Amino acid sequence: MASLPEPVERLLEAALVGDLTVVNRAGRPITYPLIPLYDGERIFLTSSVLFSRKLEHIKRDGRVALSLTDPIALGGRADRATIQGDARVIEDDPHGGWERLLPIWEKKEPAIVAFLRARVALPLFFERSLIEITPRRAFYWPAGRADEAPVVTELGKEAA
Amino acid sequence: MRSGDRLDVRGGLERLAGHPHQVLTWVGDDGYPVSVAVQATVDAVAGRATFAAPAGLAVATDREVSLTGSHIRPQPGYGYDERRHVTVWGRAAVIGDGQLTLRGLHAWGWDEAEVPFFEYSERSLGQSRRYFDALSAERGTPVKPRLSLGWLALRATRLPFLSATIVPVLIGIAIAATHGSFDPLAAVLTVIGAALVQLGLNVANDVFDAQLGADDANVTPTQFSGGSRVIQYGLLSLRQMATLAAVFYLAAAAIGVVLLAIRGSETLLVIGVLGFVVSLGYTAPPLKLVYRGLGEIAVAIGFGPLMLLGAYVVQTRGVLSWEPVVASIPVALLVALILYVNEIPDIRGDARAGKRTLPVRFSRVTVVRGYDIAVALAYAAIVVGVGAGVLPLPALAVLLTIPLARDVHAGLMPNYDNPYGLMAVMGRNIKVHAYAGLLLLAAYAAVLIAGAVAPSLNLFLG
Repeated sequence: MASLPEPVERLLEAALVGDLTVVNRAGRPITYPLIPLYDGERIFLTSSVLFSRKLEHIKRDGRVALSLTDPIALGGRADRATIQGDARVIEDDPHGGWERLLPIWEKKEPAIVAFLRARVALPLFFERSLIEITPRRAFYWPAGRADEAPVVTELGKEAA
Repeated sequence: MRSGDRLDVRGGLERLAGHPHQVLTWVGDDGYPVSVAVQATVDAVAGRATFAAPAGLAVATDREVSLTGSHIRPQPGYGYDERRHVTVWGRAAVIGDGQLTLRGLHAWGWDEAEVPFFEYSERSLGQSRRYFDALSAERGTPVKPRLSLGWLALRATRLPFLSATIVPVLIGIAIAATHGSFDPLAAVLTVIGAALVQLGLNVANDVFDAQLGADDANVTPTQFSGGSRVIQYGLLSLRQMATLAAVFYLAAAAIGVVLLAIRGSETLLVIGVLGFVVSLGYTAPPLKLVYRGLGEIAVAIGFGPLMLLGAYVVQTRGVLSWEPVVASIPVALLVALILYVNEIPDIRGDARAGKRTLPVRFSRVTVVRGYDIAVALAYAAIVVGVGAGVLPLPALAVLLTIPLARDVHAGLMPNYDNPYGLMAVMGRNIKVHAYAGLLLLAAYAAVLIAGAVAPSLNLFLG
């Protein structure tokens, strides 16, 4: 599988929040702000069971997009990107399976480890499923301006 | 309409206008969503948003598209706050000059300034249940949320609230000791038995509140109010909690029988039976005392005179005196005030479930005045008790907690409608009871010490 363009990878690493869009049964796009976690190949997001409607949509249609557009959430960066990809839900162990992503999550939200230690206070928030996105196409706006056509990178459909 | 739910289109557009940019999204012909940041001009009254067509991308005009605004404020080393997002869906149309307009059809959003995250989570419990039900059906075996046994036990039994029992029981034992009666084995059994009664009460309270709908109706529970939530969260079933309550009550009854056998008296039997009735009848039908506005009185009696006198008569083998009765008055009032204040954040849910607690029945002014009167009476009982020579002089140290009680008073009105703002106030109120009780206990420790080292020293007036 081809890699994401380097500036898009940097955006993913910087992004405190991205907008995940899934497609509902009616074909309507539904957008959720989530913390994107990137391991150098795939993009991961986690969803509490409390807000798991998005998982139902993904299980039915795995075609999703993740947009990184907010300069505040991007640490002041002005460039923007949207990554289309195929998502799958990993829910073998909602209680602890997602914790393998803690090291990456902690880099973006250091307090998450302390929050997790106090999971008794909000137990269902820490029952989480993973969303794994395999990128298929990336749109990149170097200056973040929509009046300039994006740089489009096709990443292929082959299995990773 | 509050956020965290569907919004009317105008409201959604108004919120969208507050974001410096919006994310335009549509589903492309290949089925993948496409998102691009735009800067829309919003006319909420007209129900539309206008923006420049993004270069190099063909926005779908034959299906619904969306505009999303989202905001966070990064907090270094913490994460973020000020979370809010809003999405407005509608049809996009070309209006010339490279401009597109979206006419809003529906909207949805959440703003944690309006619906705090904890309330938003509680409002989402139904989705959590649907998730686990679906996963269970998929796997053919029950899948449930989990907590480690220790945390689950702590949460299900509300163990930290045991101070409400420990304080009066120790005071009763201490007073008996100053009267020359002390049996260490009976004292230990009394503490354990009384604690088991309270644990039974805590768990039974959750069982009946779940059955009667009060906990389900409450979307603003806090660490001090709204029950343990283990049933609502699916951590334990109603049946498991009912069994746990029965185990606690049976264990308490067993200890009660042992105490009757080794230190028994008719007085202890009466107190024990009354305690059981008050404890179970607090939430359980047919009494449902807390649903009838009698919860505070039940708690005052149960965790005041019954606990304190019960512990006292175990030691004295049924001999009563005025001193433990008087000492139990401030303890009773202050423990009732814990419940009273903790009921304030539950007002909306309790009212919906027909749980007519005092804060549900009365106006906020009356409720705060009620707090002031009750807390003043608690301190007055100490002063009068000492003045009458019934309570020892060091008991006046309880008055040191007055500033804390004043803080509680000051925090009630400003946070009356803010359950999460009330948490600090509830915490302080619990401290008023605990510290006052410990200071009263310390007063009796002083009497005991004085009796041992300086028998001629009289720590009582008169």
